[in-house]
Formats: sequence, C-alpha cells, structure tokens
Amino acid sequence: MLTSIISTGLAMGAIYALIGITYNTMYSTSRVMSFTAGQLGMLGGVFGALFILRFGINSVVGFGLTMMVCAFIGVVTELVAVRPVLKSIEQHLYVLSTLALALMISQVVAIEWSTEPQAFPRFFGTAAALIDEKFWFPVAACAATVIGLEVLYKHTLTGRAFKAVAEDNLAAQALGLPERNLRIASYALAAMIGGLAGFSGGSLLLAFVANGGLLNFYGFVPVALGGLGNNRGAIVGGFGLGLFQQAASFLVGGIFASVAVFSLFIIVLLIAPQGLFGAPQSRRV
Amino acid sequence: MSADGAQAGLEPLSALKVGGANASVVPFLAIFALAAAVPFIGNDYWVLIATRAAVYWVLVSGLTLVIGYAGQLAIGYVALLTLGAYVTSVLAAGNVLPPIPVFAALALAGLVGAVAGVIVGLPALRLRTFYFAMTTLGFATIVTQIALAWQSVTGGGIGLSGPEMPAPFNTTRGFFFFCLAAAAMCTWMSSNIAGSRYGRSLVAIRDADVAAEAVGISKPGLLTKVFIFCGALAGIAGGLFASLQTYITPDAFTFDLSLLFFISILIGGRGSILGPLIGTIVLTLLPEIAAPLAAWSAFLYAAMLLAVVLLIPGGIAALLDFKSRAPLETGRTIAPRLDMLSALAPAVGNQETLSVRDVVLTFGAVRAIDGASLDVASGQIHGLIGPNGSGKTTILNVISGFYAPNSGDVQLGGVPLEAGDPVTRTRHGIARTFQTPRIVGEACVLDNVMLGGTINGRAGFFATLLSLPGSFRDERMFRSQALAALACVGLDGLADVRADRLQHSELRFVEIARALMSRPKLLLLDEPAAGLSVHEIVHLGQLVKAIAANGAAVLLVEHHADLIFGICAHVTVLNLGRVLAEGTPDQIRVNKEVVSAYLGG
Repeated sequence: MLTSIISTGLAMGAIYALIGITYNTMYSTSRVMSFTAGQLGMLGGVFGALFILRFGINSVVGFGLTMMVCAFIGVVTELVAVRPVLKSIEQHLYVLSTLALALMISQVVAIEWSTEPQAFPRFFGTAAALIDEKFWFPVAACAATVIGLEVLYKHTLTGRAFKAVAEDNLAAQALGLPERNLRIASYALAAMIGGLAGFSGGSLLLAFVANGGLLNFYGFVPVALGGLGNNRGAIVGGFGLGLFQQAASFLVGGIFASVAVFSLFIIVLLIAPQGLFGAPQSRRV
Repeated sequence: MSADGAQAGLEPLSALKVGGANASVVPFLAIFALAAAVPFIGNDYWVLIATRAAVYWVLVSGLTLVIGYAGQLAIGYVALLTLGAYVTSVLAAGNVLPPIPVFAALALAGLVGAVAGVIVGLPALRLRTFYFAMTTLGFATIVTQIALAWQSVTGGGIGLSGPEMPAPFNTTRGFFFFCLAAAAMCTWMSSNIAGSRYGRSLVAIRDADVAAEAVGISKPGLLTKVFIFCGALAGIAGGLFASLQTYITPDAFTFDLSLLFFISILIGGRGSILGPLIGTIVLTLLPEIAAPLAAWSAFLYAAMLLAVVLLIPGGIAALLDFKSRAPLETGRTIAPRLDMLSALAPAVGNQETLSVRDVVLTFGAVRAIDGASLDVASGQIHGLIGPNGSGKTTILNVISGFYAPNSGDVQLGGVPLEAGDPVTRTRHGIARTFQTPRIVGEACVLDNVMLGGTINGRAGFFATLLSLPGSFRDERMFRSQALAALACVGLDGLADVRADRLQHSELRFVEIARALMSRPKLLLLDEPAAGLSVHEIVHLGQLVKAIAANGAAVLLVEHHADLIFGICAHVTVLNLGRVLAEGTPDQIRVNKEVVSAYLGG
C-alpha cells in the first residue's frame, strides 16, 4: 500500500508540478494566470492518443506533433486571450478571457473527441521494466523540465531575457528587449510544458476531457501555496499535493480526499494569502 | 396575473426614486409584463422555459451584486443551487427528518444557502481575483462529488424527487406565476441595494478599493452581507429548480449552469440589474431557439464571453447607455461656489489639532520617515513640501492609516488614531484626496461624491433591501449634500455624467467634493494642484482657503510653490524623511537649507 501511495503520489505530484510550472511560465512574462494551463495538460493526453493510437503515427513523431500543437495553442492563447486585455490588467479581464478560451477548448474536445476517458499509448513500449512507465515517466518529465528551464534561464541569452521581462517589464522594454515576442515565446514554452505534463501522465490520467478542469485546479494549488511565479515552490507544492492526495484517498476514500485537499488549500491560503514562499504584496497607495 | 403585474410594477419605482443604476422603470415593466403573458400566448413548453428563466434570475439577481457590482469573480455558483435543491428535496421528502412543508423547506434552503454563501465567499475577503475564482470552482466540484457519494441522503447517482408544490402552485402555470413573482421580488430587492449606499460601496470596492477604505467602507463587513443575501437567493432558487425538474441527480447541476449565471451577468454588464436580466433571458432562450446548436451551447456561451470581454467590456448595459454617448460641452470651467460651503461645515466647535509625533516608518532598510513631527490646528492650512521621495505622501498615508508606523504616534484632538487601519479615519473626521485621483469611472459624478458620506447612512442592509422609509431618508440626505458639495467645488453641472468622461483637473475637484461629504475636521490633500491650469490653481487656492476658514484643519502636500506660499499659514519642509525646516512661508522662503535641498548643493 505504501509503495502504491508513494509511486502514484509522486507521479501525480510531478504532473501537478508541471502544470504549476505552466502557470508560472505564463505568469512570469505577462502577470496573467491563465485558465488554459490545465486544458493544455488535458490536450497533451488527447493529442498523444489521437496521433499515436488513432492515426497510428510513430510514438516519437507523435510526441513531437503533440508538442507542436500545444505550442500553437499557447501562441493562440497569448494572441486571443492575453494580449488584448493586458492594457487593463487591473480589471482582471484576463480571468474572463482565459476562462472563455479554456471552456471553448474543453467543449471542442468534448464534442469532437469524446466525453469518456480514452486509452493512451505506452510510450516506451511494453518491455518489462522494473517500474511501470506510468509511474516514472511524469517524474522524469518533471526532472527534465526543471533541468531544461535551469539551463535556459541561467545559460542562454533568451532565458536571461525572459528573466529580465519577468523581473521588470518596463525596464526590459527600455533596454530594447522584444517584450512581445518574448511573451509569445514564453506562452509557447509554457504550453509545451503543460502538454508534456498530460503526455507523460497519459497512462495514468488517460486521454480524458475532464482532466482539463481537474488539472486546472490541482495544478493551481501548488502555485498558490508556493507563491506566484515561484517554480521551486510549485515543485515542492506539487509533489506534496500528490502524496497528500494519495495518502488521503487511501485513508478516507477518494471523495473525502478531495474535500481534504480543498479544505487544506483554503485554510493555508487564508493564513498565508501570498503562499508559503511568496513575496509580500506590493504597495497599494 | 394582475397581482403579479402589480408586483412587477412596484419594484423599479423605488429604484427610480433612489436613483439606482437603472433609473428607468419601463424596461422592467415591459419584460415582466411580457413574461406574464407567456402562458396566454404560448404552450406549456414555453411556460416551462419561462419558469426556468425566472428561477435562474432569482439566483442571478443576487449574484449580480457579487460579480457585477463588487467585481468578485464567483464562477462556481451552481454549487449553491445544488445545495439548495438537495436541502429542499431532502427536507420535503423527509428521508432524513420527518417531512416538512415545502415552503418551510424552501426557507431552510435559503438559510443553508446564506451560510454556504459566506463560507464560499470567505476567501474573497483575503484572496486575489484569480484565487477566488479558482476556489469557487473547486467548491462546485466538491459539492457535486458529495451529492454523488452521500447516497443515503441524496440518492447518489440515482437521485431523488424534487419537492412538490402545494395548490395552487402545483400546475405548470401556477408554478410559473409563483416563480415569476419571486423573480419580480428579487429584482426589487437587488435594485434597492444597487441604488443605495451599499450598491455604491460595492462598486467602489471593485474599482477604487483604496478610496473605499478612505471613506470608511469595510470590505469584509459589506461583502459578508452581500454573500448572505446572494447565498440565500441561490438556495431558494435551488429549491425552485428542484421543483421545476421534478427529479434531481448530480448530473442536473452541470458546470454549464454556473457558466450561464456567470456569463449572463458579464454579457449584461457590470453595475447593472437590467443588463443581467436581459442576459439571463437570452442565454436561457438561446439553446431553445437554436436547437441544432444545443450541444454547442457551452461553447457559444464561452465564445460570447470572450467577445464581450474583448469588444464590449461594459456589456449590454453599456450598449443601452445612450446618455453617455452625447458629447459633453467643451471648454468647461470649474467655478467653485464658496458660499455653499457653510452647508458642509464640520461639527460645531471643532478645535481639534492633528499632532504627529516622532513618527518612524521603514521599508526594509529605507527609513522613509525618520522621526518626523508636525501639528496642524483647526482652521489652518499647513503646507508639507519637500523634494521627491522626502516622505510627504508617506506621512499622509500614516495619518490616514494606510501605513502603520514603526514608532511614534498620531493623534487628533488628543485621541490616538488606530495605526494602519484606514477604515476608521472617516469616523475620526479625517478625509483625504489622492495623488492620482481614485474615482469610480463607471459611476456618475454624483454617485462618486455620495460615496464620501457612506458612513453617515442610518438605514441598515435589511432596511435598504426592503426599501423601508429610513433608506429613502438616507438617499435624500446623501443626494442633497452631494449636490451641495459639487456646487461648492463648482462641478454641479456635471453631476449626472459618468466620471470617466471628466478631465483630469475635474476629477481632482470631484475628490475634494467627496472628501467634503463627511464634513471633515481634518482634510488631507495630496498634490491637488498637479495637472491643473493656472486658472484652476487659483480657484483651488480659494476653495482650500474657504474650507479652512469654515473650521477644518487642512494638510496640503504640494510641489506648487506659489500655491503653498500663497495660502498656507504654516509650512513644514521634509527631506529624506526628516523635518528640515518649519515656520511661516516667509521664514521658509529664505531658509538656506531649504533652498539648497531643492536646488542641490
């Protein structure tokens, strides 16, 4: 039982952490929390199943195509739901525009794909492995993402430009950084991370339209608890959430586990609205 | 039917009198009259659709105060509908306790809804918009899961029968008229709140929260009342919904319903009752009219939401607001009427002095205020000047409670002011303006000014809800005082204009009028002359002098040397958070240190 809690908990935690990073990556360049984050996770699973199982495309090519489609949706998100409302960010219109886009995505999937969970292909084949790929693939994907982002942010010019825009948008613009293009790039990057979450977790979550809403919420929990824009917080929070949820569902049953997660989430936020590792609120007056 | 029409007719009248957002009765009358005619022109199927719209409106009429007025993006309100539906059904069926009459069950559903409304709303008091949206969404998921899991009470996935209404409401038509009457009643109550100081305060929380605190509006207190009201309506709507469905399962409460409520309000327009009413009707009818599109209804709702957000953020209400499209007169001048000020004098015998003693405030390692002291006597204009970053506005923020100092104290008339609690300041008789005017752009100028008197209202939330006589008295008082205040500052000609159509300089005077509404003993002005023309500065100087002559103490932060030296009796010069010099304007003008701080050296 303990093995099961830990292996499933870590795998789910990795997926949540990846969605959390998706939120953060979009937030860093635009100050926008987008409801499309969880939908991208769902799309990673759905497109993976579509390309590889339904179209019979080679898995690696199918993975690449999934990433490309997700990146495209990330770009669309930026163009349609984010850029037009950035001017009035104070009015929180982005909450509505990204919600609308997320709902449209989910509705199209529900009608054109299926409202029932569909099988997801094995990526690394059936060769008897020590641990099933559905448990280690998300964790490996999460580790690869973290390392990749670290390299990007620390060792490439583009990554440093990302950080500059995240740190101080106006100053970055004044330096002549192409702020708009960087924002689009960050949305594409975020979308691929979200897609990766769904693809790597496909064997666990299946290709299921309802995953969008669930990942939206459970991916947001680590972000809220860890503090906006804080990837380290999102990773700690994500794995913590995954383990807590699995433990709770073994101890008190699945539904009350959701109640437990929700209650814990509300209580922690009421005590620490900025998250456990978050920065204090900016000045208002 | 006639009784119903009368009820529908009652409600907008009061909205008209109190000058609410929907100053016209006619559209409401027309809509409810048309609805009442449905049973006579359509078949039972259309009566059912109309009943559904009425039930939805019972919920949406309350929710519009939360989403449209207060700007709290509560997405998952279907959770409260679910709760109300199950409470009513379970109590009326008697599968837990002995069965109780349907009306008692409905009332209890309202009660449960009110409690749940507060619980769901609690996070909004502390969390940011997106967080709150997320938590309501999470709550909606959980309520459905509980309904599925708690089989002994809710029947799980199999469900249970909805409550059966007693005669004469047990027929399709009878039930329809019952729901229509309920809807009319809710419209009336929501309009009462919307057109009162509560409605204005909600909009202020949404668009100018800092100003709302400065005029003494407590966000938690106000939102809690609104959440109770909205939750109760949602609970009752749930009971009616269950009765309409005749049989309920968790599947009946899809997220699409939440969307319908939420989007009706946003399509209808923020800060309007009529707009969301039209929105609710349109969205309820949409899948019926376009049957082939029924499967795509959620997609359509979402697409409409996106279109509204991107193209007409004001929604239907903005489209119907013809008044705000007529061009304003150009070349307007601001001509204060100082003789009107006596109507807004502070309480008689104001001899209270503001005293700031040894205040220290640090932000991290920066000592923004480093042991500053100053006194402002009643009837005196005290100038506070200094280079940028010397701590002038910071001192103002300490006095008005937005910052709590690390040490030192602030007293008015010997009474210490609560540190870091801006909501208390109006009660002490302190009012202020802001460096950047904090105005509710979507409200008219008069509403903005009336906001300043909020804490002087006598009628409580409940009395306002039912439009008891006290609420009329309040509104008459607010209105006459606000008109007087606008006349004082010289803007009475613009009372009915949306505030965001005014020029920057006019907004500065609107802020002063708003501050005068509370008849302040101490008025704090933060760079009121910034962005004003030479003429306007002269008018401003006369106005401020008259306000002080009327008995108020005035603390004036300003860069405009002519104004400071022209009207101040006393001047304090700050530099790097410390008092560099103080004295009469003549002493300051020749002070060597002051000159060098300003000119460098």
